[in-house]
Amino acid sequence: MASTAKAVEPVISAAWGKPQSWTLDSYRSRGGYDGLKRALSMEPAAIIDEVKKSNLRGRGGAGFPTGMKWSFVPKDSPKPKYLAVNGDESEPGTFKDRYILENDPHMMLEGIAIASYALGVHTCYVYLRGEFKFQAERTQAAIDEAYKAGIFGKSLMGKEGFALDCFLVRGAGAYICGEETALLESLEGKKGWPRLKPPFPAVVGLFGSPTVVNNVETLASVPPILAKGAEWYAKLGTDKSGGTHLVCLSGSVNRPGVYEVGMHTTILELIHDDKYGQGMPKGRKVKAVIPGGSSAPVLGADELDVALEFEALKMKQTMAGSGGVIVMDDATCMVRSLWRVARFYAEESCGQCTPCREGTPWQTRLLRKIEEGRAEMSDIDMLSNVASSIAPYPPIGLGNTICALGDAAALPTHSFLMRFRDEFEAHVREHRCPYGDHPWGSFGDWS
Amino acid sequence: MAEPLFTPEEQKKFDAGIAEILSHYPSDRKSAGMLPALRLLQDLKGWLPPEGLRLVAKNLEVTPERAYEVASFYVMYHLKKPGKYVIDVCTNLSCSLWGAEKMLAYLEQKLGLTAGETNDKFTLRETECLASCGTAPCLQINEDHHERLTQAKLDAILARLS
Repeated sequence: MASTAKAVEPVISAAWGKPQSWTLDSYRSRGGYDGLKRALSMEPAAIIDEVKKSNLRGRGGAGFPTGMKWSFVPKDSPKPKYLAVNGDESEPGTFKDRYILENDPHMMLEGIAIASYALGVHTCYVYLRGEFKFQAERTQAAIDEAYKAGIFGKSLMGKEGFALDCFLVRGAGAYICGEETALLESLEGKKGWPRLKPPFPAVVGLFGSPTVVNNVETLASVPPILAKGAEWYAKLGTDKSGGTHLVCLSGSVNRPGVYEVGMHTTILELIHDDKYGQGMPKGRKVKAVIPGGSSAPVLGADELDVALEFEALKMKQTMAGSGGVIVMDDATCMVRSLWRVARFYAEESCGQCTPCREGTPWQTRLLRKIEEGRAEMSDIDMLSNVASSIAPYPPIGLGNTICALGDAAALPTHSFLMRFRDEFEAHVREHRCPYGDHPWGSFGDWS
Repeated sequence: MAEPLFTPEEQKKFDAGIAEILSHYPSDRKSAGMLPALRLLQDLKGWLPPEGLRLVAKNLEVTPERAYEVASFYVMYHLKKPGKYVIDVCTNLSCSLWGAEKMLAYLEQKLGLTAGETNDKFTLRETECLASCGTAPCLQINEDHHERLTQAKLDAILARLS
């Protein structure tokens, strides 16, 4: 497809690929920290109002309105308040935050400074997934620059009496720590077991104190809102969701990558447009797409003329999640694809809740049995039952476990079975995988 | 007498590292420094020997059992001595669509190891998403990330590991 998709003004990715874009000098030359300057001239409550008006929604997966989240923090708490940045990017299909950290970490740091001032926070912890060594080094270098320039430290960019410390913490390889309460447990030096909610972190969070947990992209979106105004930002998006959107395109497309798109951009445009995915490799056709990270229910080829936006995807009974769009072509075995996804959740379940601890490996065993042609038809029903015991389908988000990892493990199973049940049955009937010998990889130079 | 855990040089680095870590947390929350302290120990020794875990626990004023509980929860901590090079191969969906399963099979054959096994030089592991789906297939060797891998590229990387 030639380029027909409406381009958007890049907000987050404007500087990506430019020389030294990660340095303070580069960031300042682009108007960096102007948003903080404006914020410091405002009352904290007015900053929260501005973020509310911008319609910024959290970009970590849940899509909760950011300004509203900030307003839940009690103003008169005698305890210190904390900001925790969620940089534990680990959902298969999602790889956008690492680009922010690599290319423009000051954008996130400015967001931290603005949020901290608005919330009365004096200590922020940036929690990055343990595997992000390079990203951690670059972020730490930016934090050091910010301290040296007097942005962080004893006075927040010259604001006397307002100290702000910012510490980087690396995880150690646990997907569950991207769940906000598990992240807090991990920050407290424990294993990442999610907490029961309520109480919510905004009231009882890190060290028992009010805490806001925000995703990297969410915080990076805050400086432009303050610098250019809430109305400008809101207008870039839809009625219910302001701004642009970073989407991560991976799987069977010619040009995978992170693209900043408008909320109106459809999945079809993302895959085929010259500005984005540039179509399917080797004349293949799209068979299925996971639109929002591996936990989002899968869509079939006839359902892809849909905008990559929270509400539109919700109408299709799936979700925008963390922006991870995974494309599967017509040579892809859906049973094996689901097996790959199911293994992930079995591996990453923290083991705290029985349905998830027992159900996720059970799903994996059943899928392996089906994929290897050893299953009976009743195993497909069993798979469906096991998934239902973790989380029924729909609705989204009301499973039988403390956190949403259980939902995340069950939703793919429900949706793959709903849309591609014939493939599961074909495996059973033929006592083999109809897609042939594995290991697979439908293209690339390994074949 | 048992060998001391640290050389004098390592001891100095450990002590300075622990002091730096503890300065990031409220004074009554020393145990919050557990993850960075375990990383510090692993950076120095290559793994988490039991006497090291006890030392971390002592510095953070928690029981050794607590240190072990945390260390055993996270996959990046090594409770057994790994090979000199730990190779983590992502085989999740996006990477597999770009041939990651073939890459793992190739590595197993080339290194003479099945995923999950260790010899003196290598520990080979199948790992979950490394957040590199757009530049698949990918793997990490110790903490260094490699992406958009081809057989030729991988051979060249392995040839550099002495």
